[in-house]
Amino acid sequence: MNLVEIRRLSKSFGGLSVINGLDLQLGENEILGVIGPNGAGKTTLFNLISGVHAPSEGSIFYRGVDIGRAQAWDRCRLGIGRTFQVPRPYARMSVYENVLVAAVHGGGLSSRAARKEAEQALDLTGLARRYAEPAGQLTLLDLKRLELCRALAIRPRLLLLDEIAGGLTDAESLALLDIVRQVHRRGAAIIWIEHVLHALRRLASRLVVLHGGGLLADGDPEAVLADPRVKAVYLGE
Amino acid sequence: MAKLTSYAAPLRGLLVLGAVALAFGPWLFGGVTQIFLTQFFCMLVLALMWNLLAGYADIVTLGQHGFVGVGAYALYGFTALGGVNPFVAVLLAGLVAFLVAIPTMALVFRLRAVYLAVGTWVVAEALMLTAGKLPGLGQGSGASLPVAVARMLGATPSARFASIYWLAFALALAAFLTTYLLLRSRIGLGLTAMRDNEEAAGAMGVDLRRARILCFLLTAPFLGVAGAVITLQKLRVSPMSSFSVNEWTVFVIFNVVIGGIGSLEGPILGTLLFFVLRDHLADLGPWHLIVLGALSIATMLLEPRGLWGLARRALNFDLIPVSRAPSREFAARFQGGPTPQGEREISAHPAE
Repeated sequence: MNLVEIRRLSKSFGGLSVINGLDLQLGENEILGVIGPNGAGKTTLFNLISGVHAPSEGSIFYRGVDIGRAQAWDRCRLGIGRTFQVPRPYARMSVYENVLVAAVHGGGLSSRAARKEAEQALDLTGLARRYAEPAGQLTLLDLKRLELCRALAIRPRLLLLDEIAGGLTDAESLALLDIVRQVHRRGAAIIWIEHVLHALRRLASRLVVLHGGGLLADGDPEAVLADPRVKAVYLGE
Repeated sequence: MAKLTSYAAPLRGLLVLGAVALAFGPWLFGGVTQIFLTQFFCMLVLALMWNLLAGYADIVTLGQHGFVGVGAYALYGFTALGGVNPFVAVLLAGLVAFLVAIPTMALVFRLRAVYLAVGTWVVAEALMLTAGKLPGLGQGSGASLPVAVARMLGATPSARFASIYWLAFALALAAFLTTYLLLRSRIGLGLTAMRDNEEAAGAMGVDLRRARILCFLLTAPFLGVAGAVITLQKLRVSPMSSFSVNEWTVFVIFNVVIGGIGSLEGPILGTLLFFVLRDHLADLGPWHLIVLGALSIATMLLEPRGLWGLARRALNFDLIPVSRAPSREFAARFQGGPTPQGEREISAHPAE
């Protein structure tokens, strides 16, 4: 059984149709890269999977259950973790508390277990040293780490990464890549929206291209990137 | 400068000592001061509750006076008409406010943001109009509590002052401790995350709906009891004053905003300042309200986290600590300096 099975998914805001009858599957432990031009519906797709928006039509099956109408917090508790493209820290709380929120509420752990989980996630993402700082004072790289760290603390089965490498230097994005690789090894499937292609190429086992709210291409990353239609739409060649 | 944190313990000690001293108020203060402090305690309760709703749960209510008025009228009904002992009636007033909160919530929770704010106000005004129509409760012009009810609070005026003082003190203490314990709980952790970023809180598993329901139903009885205590002090109910939007909602918002919304210290500081200003600027008449309004607008513009936000930056610690710390072993690894031993640094060039 696939971990995620999206069937004929559509979402429109007023008269604007953003996702159009999308079909998409994700296997257990797969890393799926998602690319597409601006306005292709990438972030909307994440918002639909994570519960920020409800679909206009279609369904999202997660581990065999249709979660299309479930609340965001319930989906999180089922093991769907996400990061935000523009980091959304709990600015006045400490870095440690930011991660603790996810471990306690998303992970459903007891206080003691949540503390341990949060500490481990901080260690894994290299944020441990900053644990006492107010999250609002972090640099962009550390904010991106925090996004990842919070999502890890819920012990995700499915991790949605929204442009985690965007705005970072090559060295910085490689550092995050290392963390993502480790998370994957711990047994999470990943859907990863990214404009930084070399980051995706290193990890993604499959690549899909969204265009106009539908699927333009789906398959092996190198084959997809060599597809003339993809080149025309996304790479502008 | 960095050593200001060493003042944390003495300042907290002072705060506890102050609270203990206030418990003995009737033996320490004269009648006028007791009345003043009784009003302070009641306003503090309203500020703590509005802060919990608007500062944490994102329920920016403009209808707080509705529950205060319901508590006031419930007290009048139970004591003057039902002959219930006022000490019991105060608690029953809280129960009535709680019961009114349930249908109110069902109605206003269908709305969000500014619509919710207006909705709560409309409900409060509707409650006021209803109170003015109730038979036996003085209707539009209100009614005074019978002397017999006042006598049940104490045989002499000073005994009555003391009784009302203690009721208000106990209420303020209960409101503070409830808020404090709530913010320190797992739910409070989620509420604090909601305060900072609601969507991200929901995405990390915080049940936003349950948190809002809990806060709304928790604050209503406190507001009702506060309304009842205020009525015992004033010995009178009337739609206009018992449901006063100015006194029980607008001033409260000023206090919380000036003191610092979304903190536990803010409402206390703001309410203190409100009474100090009221005391010192009383001669200015309505001008004192203009000063208060200007001050809260200046706060919103210059320091949205209020006076406490300003103080917090300088002090670098919470006077009333509700934050969480990791395990000692974890924290101990970082006490040596910024690049301690044992820290796992991630490599900028990971091995392929």
